Amino acid sequence: MVRKVITVSGCGIPLIGNDIDTDRIIPARFLCCVTFDGLEKHTFADDRESLKGQHPFDLPQYKDARILIVNCNFGCGSSREHAPQALKKWGIQALIGESFAEIFFGNCVAIGIPCVNAESNIIKKLQEIIIANPQVVMKVNLETMEVTCGEFVTQISMGEEAKKMIISGAWDTCSQLLSQRKQIQATAANLPYLGWN
Amino acid sequence: MSKGTLFDKVWDLHTVARLPSGQTQLFIGLHLIHEVTSPQAFVMLREKGLKVLFPERTIATVDHIVPTTNQVRPFEDVLAEEMMQALEQNCQENGITFHNIGSGNQGIVHIIAPEQGLTQPGMSIACGDSHTSTHGAFGAIAFGIGTSQVRDVLASQTIALSKLKVRKIEVNGTLQPGVYAKDVALHIIHTLGVKGGVGYVYEYTGTTFNKMSMEERMTVCNMAIEGGARCGYVNPDHITYEYLKNRDFAPTATDWDKAVAWWESIRSNTDAEYDDDVKFNAADIPPTVTWGITPGQGIGIDQLIPMSAELHEEDRLIAEEAYDYMDLTVGKPIQGTKIDVCFIGSCTNGRISDLREAARVAKNQHVAKDVKAFVVPGSERVKKQAEAEGLDQIFIDAGFEWREPGCSMCLAMNPDKLQGRQISASSSNRNFKGRQGSSSGRTLLMSPAMVAAAAIKGEVFDVRKLLS
Ligand code: SF4
Repeated sequence: MVRKVITVSGCGIPLIGNDIDTDRIIPARFLCCVTFDGLEKHTFADDRESLKGQHPFDLPQYKDARILIVNCNFGCGSSREHAPQALKKWGIQALIGESFAEIFFGNCVAIGIPCVNAESNIIKKLQEIIIANPQVVMKVNLETMEVTCGEFVTQISMGEEAKKMIISGAWDTCSQLLSQRKQIQATAANLPYLGWN
Repeated sequence: MSKGTLFDKVWDLHTVARLPSGQTQLFIGLHLIHEVTSPQAFVMLREKGLKVLFPERTIATVDHIVPTTNQVRPFEDVLAEEMMQALEQNCQENGITFHNIGSGNQGIVHIIAPEQGLTQPGMSIACGDSHTSTHGAFGAIAFGIGTSQVRDVLASQTIALSKLKVRKIEVNGTLQPGVYAKDVALHIIHTLGVKGGVGYVYEYTGTTFNKMSMEERMTVCNMAIEGGARCGYVNPDHITYEYLKNRDFAPTATDWDKAVAWWESIRSNTDAEYDDDVKFNAADIPPTVTWGITPGQGIGIDQLIPMSAELHEEDRLIAEEAYDYMDLTVGKPIQGTKIDVCFIGSCTNGRISDLREAARVAKNQHVAKDVKAFVVPGSERVKKQAEAEGLDQIFIDAGFEWREPGCSMCLAMNPDKLQGRQISASSSNRNFKGRQGSSSGRTLLMSPAMVAAAAIKGEVFDVRKLLS
């Protein structure tokens, strides 16, 4: 089954801060599980606790948001896929940010969530528009590489290869990789170390 | 575009195909798994009706959730027990070797693979764990991956990846006494920033690295990810080969000579081209301590906690957050900061040489009143070796607790946790908010010798004064 992701529409949710790591997105104590079920409840658990209801993920105006607007180096730290899984289960279908940590970005792509980049002043502007009017409808278009946020329209960017995977539905890599069985065996046969004793 | 580096050679050799997206399908020579990021991958595999393609290329251990005091099964924590059983069952059903507690081979995944000789030069390695970069110390290219990619490796022994750029990080000269590999790692991250390495592999080179032991190289490669680089590596050399020789899974007899010849051939060429190049002087690196909530917020032991105005503009937002959270006095020395808990261990600094250095500091001293200090060896083998050398007794005599191997308070998925706003001196790798098990707990990263010094003095202290 190919699940292409070309556009994502919905309300936005701003999350201001640089270097927000995956320990903050989903603290380690919630990784004691053998499935990803129910993770959404614990998204940003500690940050939310310390902000006592004022964290964006607790504010009623954002509860149906689909697009998360973040700043710099979002998702750094631990490789836990629990982080994008928790965001996805919470309802997030796309992220717009100044920059993303590499493993987090790859994990998002692997579950069909595009992370697109925009300049810091654009991010700030998007966050401001949403804070002023949480109901404003946003649309991320990966074909035209544009974001609309009410009246405001801006260009976004994303690595070509990851973008192609998302748009074509090839983000679900497993079957694609397995279709190269012969070539996998041939590559293995060429590696000297597989045969050493 | 880099050319002729070890990274290019190993990448090319493991390339299975170019995918329609433009990404590379890369063969994974060694796959390591643990209990936290693998159970969901096995579920995905079952849902797709797939089998593990190369079960002999996957090795499992348990590290994150294991208690370091009472390891009797079933674990008191029912969720931990459930994860443990899932791993045992997944390994058994799929014919995967599992280094379980009590096997003599259990420990933190990034410690056991090198010590058994599983990690070798020229390999591509993957593990559902960001500190997989550690294995680059051997001249392997080693990627931390997510659970969907763990599924991909189990199913196909390959992953889809975009090629990275290569930055050469050259450190030359001799480190001052009391300055360790950990300080080199923290210093590099502080200088290049926590996202400085995004899109890059780091090749660590120069006379400082040439002289480092394998364990020191592992410490630096381990923290490549904290600087945003997905992998870090050191070209293999005689130190690598001496370390590997006669280890359980190292090549033997005639294969050994073939292996060394091949390992030599995959070293970066002398005329290799890099995408970027940065140089450091070993003599400029001080014992380094973090004061904030990212591993990049580090300063020399003699320095003052920086004021916002002294920082680059892009570092100020996170600095303000750190001031709020850490509640240390800005503009004051980091030295003298009172400490509640001292933790020696983790995949960064839980190896035998780390314990030796810490024990050297702790010997004939005593942990300060009101400080809780504990040592968690990185693996069962490290523990055994340390006990054979009497290090356990040195620690115990000095008032440290001596524990069973695991990740422990590096991320506190087991019972070892900070309480409330406690502040820890930690030899681990992450000082993120809430990382050590309390949502308001605070972490200062430093070398194991510096942690031992902090334990004895009850405050952040320059270990050089204790060593001289
Ligand atoms: S010691 Fe810490 S960083 Fe290393 S694998 Fe365990 S939890 Fe992760």
